[in-house]
Amino acid sequence: MSTALTVIYFATGLLFTAAALLAVARIVRGPSILDRVIASDVLLTTLLLVIGAEMVITGHTRTIPLMVVLAATAVFGTIAVARYVSKQDKPQAGESPQSVDLGGDK
Amino acid sequence: MTFDDVLDLAAAICLLLGAFLSLAAGIGLLRFPDALSRLHAATKPQVLGLLFIVAAIALASRSWSALLALLPVLLFQVLTAPISAHMVGRAGYRTGNFRRELLIVDELENAVDEASREAEKAGEEVEDRGVGPAPQK
Repeated sequence: MSTALTVIYFATGLLFTAAALLAVARIVRGPSILDRVIASDVLLTTLLLVIGAEMVITGHTRTIPLMVVLAATAVFGTIAVARYVSKQDKPQAGESPQSVDLGGDK
Repeated sequence: MTFDDVLDLAAAICLLLGAFLSLAAGIGLLRFPDALSRLHAATKPQVLGLLFIVAAIALASRSWSALLALLPVLLFQVLTAPISAHMVGRAGYRTGNFRRELLIVDELENAVDEASREAEKAGEEVEDRGVGPAPQK
């Protein structure tokens, strides 16, 4: 029984690690600031889930307040960046999304 | 196999499902072609994955008070995830940060065109206000 649990816990850890690495890869690759902010949102959600999973695996409930605060404040960063992006100029017609430079000076 | 074992196993399976949804979001982020489709992948662990993890914590700690303390987490996520998704989607559409050839229906195009035409007609400075619609007068 406990062997099965250990295997499931290891698999959970591996899946979370892979998810976080993929999100970091998208943050690094971009190409636009919106892709990066979506990926960092996913990274934060993964962190939230990992905190919860750690409580299950080690059998305590001490970090629940941390989860509450993270869940309540995660939205601010995304909203701030999205609001800032919508003040940028539109890309020229015919320009592909890959070549849009949203962060550059105009 | 005692009842405690069953609860522990159920909690572990909930953990695994939550981790799987998280991985699905990561793969979707990397594989999907534009920001708007990545937004779709990103919302999977935010609600359903968190629901699985909260269920796992409640099952593993076997206490109603832990579940009660975790309800605000779910509530905050369910309330704020649509807000951030809306803001990112709005900015993504208006900055042209998506592939038009992937769209089947674009119901927003006429409204945005009309709004920017009205802004031009009013002869206002668009730079200051961004690419949003003209404010109501």
